[in-house]
Amino acid sequence: MYRPEKTLWIGILAVALLAGAAQADEAAEKGLAIAVEADRRDEGWGDSQATLQMILRNRHGDETTRQMRSRALEVADDGDKSLMIFDDPRDVKGTAFLSFSHKSADDDQWLYLPALKRVKRISSSNKSGPFMGSEFSYEDLSSQEVEKYTYRYLRDESFDGRNHFVIERKPVDKKSGYTRQIVWMDKDEYRVFKVEFYDRKNALLKTLMFSDFQQYLDKHWRASLMEMTNHQTGKSTTLRFDGYKFANGYTDADFNRNSLSKAR
Amino acid sequence: MQTSTATAFPRHASLLLAALAAALPAAAGEWSGDFGLEARGFTSGPLDPAQHENNLSLYVQPEHYHDWDDGNQRFVITPFLRIDQGDPERSHFDLRELYWRKSFESMELSVGLKKVFWGVTESAHVVDIINQTDAVENVDTEDKLGQPMINLTFLRDWGTVDLYVMPWFRERTFAGRVGRLRPPVYVDESGARYESAAAEKHIDLALRYSHYFGDWDIGVSHFSGTSREPTLLLSGSVIDYLPAGALLEVVPFYDQIEQTSIDVQATKGSWLWKAEAFNRTGQGDSFQALAAGFEYTLVGLFGSVIDLGLIGEYLRDNRTGQPALGNKDVATGFRLAFNDVQSTELLAFSGIDLDTRERFSSVEGSRRLGQSWKLGLEARFFSNTEPGSTLHTLRDDDYLQLSLARFF
Repeated sequence: MYRPEKTLWIGILAVALLAGAAQADEAAEKGLAIAVEADRRDEGWGDSQATLQMILRNRHGDETTRQMRSRALEVADDGDKSLMIFDDPRDVKGTAFLSFSHKSADDDQWLYLPALKRVKRISSSNKSGPFMGSEFSYEDLSSQEVEKYTYRYLRDESFDGRNHFVIERKPVDKKSGYTRQIVWMDKDEYRVFKVEFYDRKNALLKTLMFSDFQQYLDKHWRASLMEMTNHQTGKSTTLRFDGYKFANGYTDADFNRNSLSKAR
Repeated sequence: MQTSTATAFPRHASLLLAALAAALPAAAGEWSGDFGLEARGFTSGPLDPAQHENNLSLYVQPEHYHDWDDGNQRFVITPFLRIDQGDPERSHFDLRELYWRKSFESMELSVGLKKVFWGVTESAHVVDIINQTDAVENVDTEDKLGQPMINLTFLRDWGTVDLYVMPWFRERTFAGRVGRLRPPVYVDESGARYESAAAEKHIDLALRYSHYFGDWDIGVSHFSGTSREPTLLLSGSVIDYLPAGALLEVVPFYDQIEQTSIDVQATKGSWLWKAEAFNRTGQGDSFQALAAGFEYTLVGLFGSVIDLGLIGEYLRDNRTGQPALGNKDVATGFRLAFNDVQSTELLAFSGIDLDTRERFSSVEGSRRLGQSWKLGLEARFFSNTEPGSTLHTLRDDDYLQLSLARFF
């Protein structure tokens, strides 16, 4: 039997969906544009090195520390190359981690085990796993490429005297430990001040706060302090960067299996 | 025939002190390393009443390095000393590393004692040949003696080429007459014989090309020189008659070999596919050996942060007279990484011979205590052994070891 009201409802629904879709498209476009602009503003940093101190806190406030050094190289049209050298705890001293991140493919990762003098190619599929027992996962610390997420602009928000874009980003990689992240980025300099991470069940898992920004080479902003709080376990990790140095003259030769095995 | 405990200790200790003193002028760099105490409990009494019972062992391995010339030159010294309660032959000193290296534009030169690892598999290290195995340390063949060498490394866009010139050969170490986990014979190391008239002064050569192509890592190598694996020859003397049979004295014979090898790993998401193989001539009939398999990692087991790695490897060695275990085996195991603050890890393995069903099992675990201590667990079991096989003489040497190490 022909029911005109049904056609009408379908028509209204279709219009509403289309309008919604158009709005979603607009939000996605704006979100992506913000991410692309942030990426563009940091282009040309070349290479960097820094000393890292990690302070791991359990829910009772007991602290454990880690010391590392990092070297990084910007790669045009692909993800960055990075080398991480462990100094403390002493049983992992000399262990080094080499990573070639890629915009869309899996990252290439090698680990150097000093006791056996062995370089091991490792799977990068454990990106959701904790880095050195901390609240940072491997994917939190890997190079943030525009292509690794899809975006949606949510709103503007002001705090601490700054105006921010608030955007939502969803990891493209199915192996990510997150369904989505909410990112607060200041409108003046496109620096990330805050990220909320939602787990695979879409529950709030962690909040990452960035502070003590310093500008290098008159262009590139880096936070000296990153504070990651896990809301589900009550644990937290502070990551402090010291001695940031740019323009070290690094080349690809400083980021290969050989340089990994002699990193100190 | 064997050094007594009383004389061995001071000699080793003074060697270590001398090595340390020699390195002190360069002390502008830094010292690090570890020392530890290992307590080993055997599940059975010894097969030979002369062999020791439960055992305590101390080791120290400091490491010093010094960089200068804008990081282009480096000096490294890594002495190692073990003092063993039960086996005087296991109380020993070695320089694991003592070398100088200079880096040039896309080339490096190292001179001295170095340690080099080749290979990809977990249950056996088939192609790893540069360093002699310090077999008295452990049955897993992962402890190595420092190898004197001149090593040239050429770094090119298309890969890395290493050339090794090794002017001095190191003999394999073996457990002593009273040691556990020893061969069914007494190896008289002082009577070592060589195919080459130059004996241990034969200049061994090796060449290796290694590179990666996308998710493939490849190494191709050739070794020409003194076999690290000795052939054991009867010396004609019977040392002792035991309830289990006569203890024969043998001497190691080191052949001149040519060995060409390849090692490959493909890293495909959570799967690591690995294979290493060689062809060796010069030690009896030419023969081949292979280790190949996979490691698959389950990330975040049951919603936790624990990673579980499943390992399966096939081993083949077609030389004539190869002991049953190792000639046609399947090794299966798992690796647990707890990803906790204490970096707790566990690796368990079991290898079974497909013909005889002989089995070798191994468990290794570790957990950091505080900031600089580490608790270790190690267990090895030999089961279903066949009379006449090498493994059979280890049937009463199943052990569980706990260790505590301090890192500095």
